[in-house]
Amino acid sequence: MMKHIVTALLYTVVTAVLLGIGYPLAVTGLAHVFFAKQAEGSLISRNGELVGSHLIGQSFSGPGYFWSRPSAAGTGYDATNSGGSNYAPTNSALATRVTATVQTLNPKGTNAPVPIDLATASASGLDPDISPAAAFYQVARVAAERHISEDAVRNLVAAHITQRQFGLLGEPRVNVLDLNLDLDKKAPVASK
Amino acid sequence: MTLNGWLQIAVFFALVLLAAKPMGLYMARVYERKKTLLDPVLGPIERLLYRVTGVDADAEMGWIEYGAAMLIFSCATLLLTYAIERLQHAIPLWNPQHLAAVEPYLAWNTAASFTTNTNWQSYVPESTMSYLTQMAGLATHNFWSAATGMALAIAFIRGISRRESKTLGNFWVDLTRGTLWVLLPICLVYALALVSQGVVQNLKPYDTVKLVEPQSVTVTGTDGKSTTTLVTTQTIAQGPTASQEAIKMLGTNGGGFFNANSSHPFENPTPLTNLLEMLSIFLIPAGLCVTLGRMVGSPGHGWAVFAAMSVLWFAGVLTCYWAESQPNPLLHGVNQRVAMSGTAQSPGGNMEGKEVRFGVANSALFATVTTDASCGAVNAMHDSFMPLGGMVPLANIMMGEIIFGGVGSGMYGMLILVIVTVFIAGLMVGRTPEYLGKKVQAYEVQLSMLYVLIFPLVILGFTAVSVLAPSFGTSSLSNHGPHGLSQILYAYTSSAGNNGSAFAGLNANTHWYNATLGITMLVGRFLMMVPMLAVAGSLATKKIAPESLGTFPVNNTLFTVLLVGVILIVGALTFFPALSLGPILEHLLLRSGISFS
Repeated sequence: MMKHIVTALLYTVVTAVLLGIGYPLAVTGLAHVFFAKQAEGSLISRNGELVGSHLIGQSFSGPGYFWSRPSAAGTGYDATNSGGSNYAPTNSALATRVTATVQTLNPKGTNAPVPIDLATASASGLDPDISPAAAFYQVARVAAERHISEDAVRNLVAAHITQRQFGLLGEPRVNVLDLNLDLDKKAPVASK
Repeated sequence: MTLNGWLQIAVFFALVLLAAKPMGLYMARVYERKKTLLDPVLGPIERLLYRVTGVDADAEMGWIEYGAAMLIFSCATLLLTYAIERLQHAIPLWNPQHLAAVEPYLAWNTAASFTTNTNWQSYVPESTMSYLTQMAGLATHNFWSAATGMALAIAFIRGISRRESKTLGNFWVDLTRGTLWVLLPICLVYALALVSQGVVQNLKPYDTVKLVEPQSVTVTGTDGKSTTTLVTTQTIAQGPTASQEAIKMLGTNGGGFFNANSSHPFENPTPLTNLLEMLSIFLIPAGLCVTLGRMVGSPGHGWAVFAAMSVLWFAGVLTCYWAESQPNPLLHGVNQRVAMSGTAQSPGGNMEGKEVRFGVANSALFATVTTDASCGAVNAMHDSFMPLGGMVPLANIMMGEIIFGGVGSGMYGMLILVIVTVFIAGLMVGRTPEYLGKKVQAYEVQLSMLYVLIFPLVILGFTAVSVLAPSFGTSSLSNHGPHGLSQILYAYTSSAGNNGSAFAGLNANTHWYNATLGITMLVGRFLMMVPMLAVAGSLATKKIAPESLGTFPVNNTLFTVLLVGVILIVGALTFFPALSLGPILEHLLLRSGISFS
C-alpha cells in the first residue's frame, strides 16, 4: 500500500506538469503559429484602438444602432461575468422583463410582432448575434435616425446575414457589432 | 420543430455511429497493450513515466488493490487541486488578473467536483480562478478523472472476459495508456480545430475595449439607492480556453472555462464547434460499446448495448426538442406583440437562455447529449427550459447516465444494469441467470442493487433536508413554486450523477450547498465504484459455462428491449414521485397560466 501512495504522489506531480502545463503551453504555441487572431480573441480595432471582439456582443440602446438581445451578464454584456437570467418559464419576472423589452422596441404597439430572440436573454449574456428577422425588424428605426433609405439599410442587413454553416449547421444570424460598425462607416450618425 | 433541425440531429447521430467502431477497436488495442501507430512517440514517454513513478507495468492487481490504487490516486489529485486553489494568489505564475485565494468551502467543493468528473461549479471562473488554477488544478483533473473512469470500465470488462482469474489488470497502466494514447493525442488536434473557429487560447491579461456606443447603466445598490454611471469600456475575459475545452468535452467533464460554459462564444463560437463538442462527448462512451464487444468476444453484445443507449437517447432528444419548440404560454399577454412561431429567419419557440447561433434544435440536442453522458457542459441554460424540456436532462441523469454515459462510468453503470437485467430474465424463465457464460449469483446481484440504491438515497435524502430548511436550503432558490423543488433536486441529482450541469439560478455557493454537494459527488462516484469493482472481481474468478439451449442471449433485440425496460423501471419508479411534484406539476400550472414571483 505504501508503494501505491508514493506512486500516486509522484504520478500526480509528474502528470500535472505534463498535462497541466506542457499540454496547454503546446496548444498555445501552435495556436499562435496557425490561428493567431482567433487565439487572441478575434479582436476588432478601429482607428488604431480596440473596439470589441467579433465574438462578444455589446449593448446598444441609441435609435441609430441595431440593438442586441437583452443580456443577463452583469449589468449587460459584461464579458467578465457571463451567464443567463435563469428565469424559470413560470417565473413572473420573465414575463415582466419581456413586456418591458417589447415596450421599448415597439412603443406605440403598432409594429409587427417582435421576433422572440430579440425579446429574450441569451444563455451567455454575450450573444453576438440576432436572427435576420430581428435585424430586419429594426430597419425602419435605424433608417429614420440616420436619414438614409430603408432599402439601403435593408441591403446592408442582408449583406451581413451569416447563413447556416455548410448550409446545414446552426441557424442563420446577423452579427450586431459587425453590422453597427459597418453602418457607422457607411452612414455615420451625426455626433451628438 | 423544423426539417433542418431534425437533419442536424440525424447528421450528429450518423457521425457517432460511424466513429464508434474505429474508436472502440482502437481503445481495445490500447488497453490490451497491442501495437498502435502512436507507439514510437508515446512508448518512450510511457516507459519514462513508469520509471519515474515506480510503476511495475507487468504487475497484475486484484479488485481490492486496483480500487485502492484508484482511491489513493484520486485523493492525491484532490489535495493538489485544493492546494493550488488556496495558494493561487501567492504563485506569481499565470495570474494576470491577480485573483485572490479561493475560499475554503468553495475550494473543497471545486476540488471534489473535478476529482469526481462532476465539474459542478459554484463559482464564476473568470473572476475566481487564475490561469494556473484552470490549467494545472482543473484541466488536469479532466484528464485524470476521465482516464480513471475509462480504466475502471476496462477493469469491469476484464472481469467479464477473464476466467478463473484473481486479477483485473494494473490501474497505473490503464490510467497511463488511456491518457497518453486516447485523450492527449485527440485533444491536441481537437483544441487546434477549436481555435481555428475562434476559441481563445492565450495567457494574456483581460482585454479592455472601447464600446462603440457608451451605455448609461443604472444600478440599485444594497442600500436601495440607484446610481447611474456611463460605461464606456468592456473588459473581455481571456485565457487558455481551447486546451481546456477539448478535454472538458472529450472526457465528459463539463466544467466551463467561463461561467456560461459552452454557451460562451469563446468556448463555442460556431455551429461547427458545437457539433464537434457534442460529438466528442459521445465519442469515447460510444466507442466503449465496441470495445466491450471486442474484449468479451461478442461484438453483437456490444451493439445490443449500443442500441439500448440509442433508443433512450432518441426518446430524450425528441421530448426535449418538442418541448423547447413550444412558445411559453405565460408570454401570452404580450403574445400579440411577440412572434412566437419560427420562420426561415427567426427561431421561434422558447429562446430564453438560448443562443441565436444554436437555436432550439441544437440547444435541445446538446442538453440531451450532455446529460445522457455525465458531461454537464451546457450551451443553453437548462433552468430556463420549458418544464418538460428541463425534465429531460434531469431524467437522463436520474437514469444513471448510462445512455452512452460518462467516459468509462457510463459503461460500468450500464453493465451493472445489464447484470440486473440478466438476473430478472433468469427469474422469469426460472434458471440460474448467466451473463456471457458466467453465473450471476446472490453476491453480484446484492452488490449491483447496492450500486443502484446508493444513488437515489443520497439524492432524495439531501433534497428532502434542503427543501425543509428555509434558512439554508430554500433561501438559495431563484425561482419559486414547483420549479424551486426542481432546482434543488437537479443540484443533488447532477452531483450524485457526477454530471455538473445545473438549474443554475440556485445559489449553490453557500456553506450548506458547497459542503453537501461536495459529499454527494464523492458518494456518487467512489461509493458506487467500490461495489462495481467488487462485482468485477467476483465475476473474474468464475468459470465460463458452455452455451446451451437455456442460455439467455445478450446480443439480440429481445435483450435490448429488456435492458431498456429495466433502465426505465429502475429510474422511473424511483424518481417519478419527485418528478411529478417538480417539472410535471410546473408544466400543468404553466398550461393554466399560473406564475410565481
